[in-house]
Amino acid sequence: MLAYRSKIRETARRLLTDHQVDAVIGFKKGTVPMMCQPVLITRPEDVDMLHWDSFCGVNLANYLPKRQGRIAVVAKGCDARNIVVHILENQIKRDQVFVMGIPCKGMVDRRKITRALKDQDILEVTEGADTIVAKGNSFDMPFNKADVLQDNCAICIHRNPVIYDELMGDPVPEQEGVDRYADVRAVESMGADERSKHFQDLVASCIRCYACRDACPLCYCPTCFVDESRPQWLGKSIDPTDTLTFHLLRAFHCAGRCTDCGACERACPMGIKVRRFTKKLEKDVLELYNYEAGMSLETRPPLDVYRPDDPGDFIA
Amino acid sequence: MKGWEPKIIAFLCNWCSYSAADLAGVSRLAYPSNIRVIRIPCTGRMSPKFILNAFRHGADGVWVSGCHPGECHYLEGNYYARRKFALLKNFLEHIGIEPGRLWFSWISSSEATKFVDMANMVNDKVKALGPAKHLIKTRARV
Repeated sequence: MLAYRSKIRETARRLLTDHQVDAVIGFKKGTVPMMCQPVLITRPEDVDMLHWDSFCGVNLANYLPKRQGRIAVVAKGCDARNIVVHILENQIKRDQVFVMGIPCKGMVDRRKITRALKDQDILEVTEGADTIVAKGNSFDMPFNKADVLQDNCAICIHRNPVIYDELMGDPVPEQEGVDRYADVRAVESMGADERSKHFQDLVASCIRCYACRDACPLCYCPTCFVDESRPQWLGKSIDPTDTLTFHLLRAFHCAGRCTDCGACERACPMGIKVRRFTKKLEKDVLELYNYEAGMSLETRPPLDVYRPDDPGDFIA
Repeated sequence: MKGWEPKIIAFLCNWCSYSAADLAGVSRLAYPSNIRVIRIPCTGRMSPKFILNAFRHGADGVWVSGCHPGECHYLEGNYYARRKFALLKNFLEHIGIEPGRLWFSWISSSEATKFVDMANMVNDKVKALGPAKHLIKTRARV
């Protein structure tokens, strides 16, 4: 992690000093433990602000659409895939972006640590190669990083960036034999009423803050469907049907584009497992159209193309 | 429920299925009056929002019908639609809409009998399922 940090700073300094880029998007240390915040810097003297640790889970591809000039961006495996999606969707041009690729072993879910510590105040967190130590007034608790990874990182099979201009470290081994869709299959084995209840319960605590939408790099529509009023697709309240409709449509808009970066779930203040929705679509896109989002600049997204022999048995 | 009849929203492509419905009428073929037709320019115009909105407003079934593959007036609209529908149907069934509420078909403008058969079939299946329970917005609109 420390090696990444110095390499990020060094690269950013070089790019800014040589005027190869106009800005660098990266992370700076947050004001509380286990939080890192995105930062955009334009001056070489600011590069020491740049930071890297296992809490840099925010997807920085979110800050790219429609940006002018040349930008360097720090990108983990999933972020790099989202940059590919942006390039495919004409949100940014390839030659505008300098991808500082991070081979990533997964980001740590801060909630898993606070939950394990029963919400005691954590004052400091130090990080080793595979361990994390959380310190407070009355405790000093070590964690295995592998045990507290974000859910999506634990089942990640594309840890190395798919596109990059420079890697910030040596590629890491990809995880083998991961069961990516265990939770989807668990729902698929339920009956219709049980599933309906499962998803109603899942979003019951949703407060409709739209943090999942705002954190998602795919959600860049000038006017989101939730804000449309003529016609109004769904109400503004936390009516259960409105809430569920929001989650359904949000997920459907990500069909064939979602890289399972986990930004939605990490942003949710209520801790709702919103990836349950997108995962099903991701699985279907893989099964029906053999497509994984953001893996290549050469293939178009699955809903942008068709084949005459696409599966159509469900149509009479 | 005695005397209950389902409400079924049918989104029909202007260039084929809508004409098929027309031909069915002209040919004096009978089909269930539970079908409410909405004319769309092409199945490629269909958005998942339309289908969700129909369910939210209390539709017991939704049926989308367009041109056979290769016969689209706009050449490829129905091909794109097919991909969207495949994902949407799986997704809605995944979250608890019963299989049998959402129907798709390809009906050309000469296939009045296929239209009538399909309308009868959709009506029977939706009727068997009973009134819709999920995704209906029951509280007042805010």
